[in-house]
Amino acid sequence: MSIDKETAAKVAKLARIRVEDDALPALAEEFNTILGFIEQLGEVDVEGVEPMTSVTPMRLKRREDQVTEGGMPEKVLSNAPDAREGFFAVPKVVE
Amino acid sequence: MTDLNKLTIAAARDALRKGDVTSAELTEACLTRVEGAGALNAFVHDTSDLARTQAKAADERIKGGDAPAMCGIPLGIKDLFCTKGVESQAASGILDGFKPEYESTVTQNLFDAGAVMLGKLNMDEFAMGSSNETSVYGYAVNPWKVDGRELTPGGSSGGSASAVAADLCLAATGTDTGGSIRQPAAFTGITGIKPTYGRCSRWGIVAFASSLDQAGPMTKDVRDAAIMLEAMCGHDPKDSTSADIPVPDFEAMLTGDIKGKVIGIPKEYRMDGMPEEIEKLWADGTAMLKDAGAEIRDISLPHTKYALPAYYVIAPAEASSNLARYDGVRYGHRAKLEQGDGITEMYEKTRAEGFGHEVQRRIMVGTYVLSAGFYDAYYNRARKVRTLIKRDFEQVFDQGVDAILTPATPSAAFGLGEMVDADPVQMYLNDVFTVTVNLAGLPGISVPAGLDKQGLPLGLQLIGRPWEEGDLLNTAYALEQAAGFVAKPEKWW
Repeated sequence: MSIDKETAAKVAKLARIRVEDDALPALAEEFNTILGFIEQLGEVDVEGVEPMTSVTPMRLKRREDQVTEGGMPEKVLSNAPDAREGFFAVPKVVE
Repeated sequence: MTDLNKLTIAAARDALRKGDVTSAELTEACLTRVEGAGALNAFVHDTSDLARTQAKAADERIKGGDAPAMCGIPLGIKDLFCTKGVESQAASGILDGFKPEYESTVTQNLFDAGAVMLGKLNMDEFAMGSSNETSVYGYAVNPWKVDGRELTPGGSSGGSASAVAADLCLAATGTDTGGSIRQPAAFTGITGIKPTYGRCSRWGIVAFASSLDQAGPMTKDVRDAAIMLEAMCGHDPKDSTSADIPVPDFEAMLTGDIKGKVIGIPKEYRMDGMPEEIEKLWADGTAMLKDAGAEIRDISLPHTKYALPAYYVIAPAEASSNLARYDGVRYGHRAKLEQGDGITEMYEKTRAEGFGHEVQRRIMVGTYVLSAGFYDAYYNRARKVRTLIKRDFEQVFDQGVDAILTPATPSAAFGLGEMVDADPVQMYLNDVFTVTVNLAGLPGISVPAGLDKQGLPLGLQLIGRPWEEGDLLNTAYALEQAAGFVAKPEKWW
C-alpha cells in the first residue's frame, strides 16, 4: 500500500488541514513510512478475536436524562474568537 | 531549614504538621527557584499570585489541625490540565489564549486537598511526542547534562519531569497515553506512575487518545507517588470511564516487604540491539527483587512486538476524532480570512496555522486509518491486536505473577535536536516498553535505578495488576530501597 500525492491531498482535505501543493510529496512519504510500520499488524492471526471496545470490563453508568448544568451563555462564549449577541459568529455558511 | 524546594512531599507534610515550616515559605522557596530556572523552560505559565493565595489558605487549614497530606504542597501542573481562569493550551498554538471557565477533576481534587499550584508546565503539543520538542513554547530542557549538550527531559510530560528533577517544585502532575509519564521520569531520575485506566478522572484534561489517556503523579520518590496518587484519583460522575471503586491508602501499603511475590521477566522485552547498560540495569533490578525475597519467573508476552504498530493506529485514530473540535469557532486561534473565504477555508487555515507538524501528521494518519475502505484493515485490526495484548497480560497474571519488571526506556536521555532528521518511527520507538501498559489499561511505574556510563539516569518499569496500584507501589518501594538511587543533576541553569 503506497500513498501518492493525490491520496495525501484527499486525507488533508478530510482532516480539514490546509497543506500546500509543494508540501504534499513529503507528507505522502511520511505517511508511507508510518503505514509501512503499521503493516506489521497484518502478520497477526486475529481470526475470531473481538476488537477491543473498553479496556476495563465495566458497564457504563446510567443517569436520569435531565439537564444538570446550563444557563451560562457568557461563560460558554468567553473564549470564542468571535461572539455576537449571545452566539458564536462564523463566516456565511448558506448563500 | 534550607532548600525547602528540595523536600519530598512526605518530609514537607511532616514539617508542616509540626509547624516547622509554613506553606507560604515552601511556596516562596519554589517560586524563587522557578524564577531562576528560565533556561530549563519547564514552567510556561506563571500562577504565582494564585500560589501565594493558596499557600495562605493552606496554612490556615493546617493550623486547624486536620489537613490532608497534600495540604500546602507546592506543585507544577502540566499544561494539559484545564485550570480555571489560567491559560491551558496543551502546548498548542491552536489553544492560544484559552482560559477555561472550569477546573479539571484531578486539579480540583488536588486543590480540595489543599495543594498549591506554582504554574503550568511545558509538554509536547497535545501530549504527542517523546522529547518535548513539539511544544509551541519551545523545548523543556533536562537538568541532567553531559559534555555541555542540552538533553531532552523526555515527553510528553517533559516540563513536569524537568521541574521535579531540578527541585523547582515538590512534585508535578503528568499524563500518560503511551509512556508520557514513565519515559520522562526515567530520563530525569524521578519516579512516575500511570495508574490503571479509570483510576483518575479524565474530565477537564485535554483529550489526546481517550481510551489510553491517564493522569498520574511525577515525584521525587515512591512514597510521594503513593501520597499524591491517592489525592488525584477517585470516582467522578463527569467521566463515564472513571471507576467507582474505593481508593485505598496507598502510602500505608508501603511496607517494603515483597517476600513471596512473583515477579515476571518478559523475554520479548529483550530487544535486538538493546544497549548493554540497559540489559545490565534490568538484570541488576531483577537480582535486587530476588534478594528482597521475591520469586523471579521468566514469562512470555507474545504480542509485545505488535504493541507499537497497534498504538500508532489507535492513538492517531482517536486523536483525529478528539482534535476535530479545534475549528476556530468556540475557543483558541482562528485564522485571518481572505475575501470570499467560507467556513471550510476557515477550518483548513485555522488548523494548518494552529497545529504543529507532528500533531497535523497524527491527525491525518488517524483520518486515513478511519477512512472508508481502510477502517477494517487498520483500525479494527489494531483493536483486535489490542485485545490480544491485554490477553497476554491476563494470562501471566492468572498464572500468579504479581508484577512484571522491564526497562523503562531503550536508552538514556538523548540530545535535543538529535532526532530532527530521523523518521517519525524512530522517535516512536522510545515508547516500546511503556506503550503495552496503556493498551492493556494496566498500572505502570518508572523508578530510577542507576546511572549509565555518561552519568545519566536510567529507570526500570514495574507493571502491576489492574487496580492494584498499592501492591505495585510497594514492589516499587522495595526496588527503590535496594537500588538506593540518590544522584541529582548538578545545577547549571
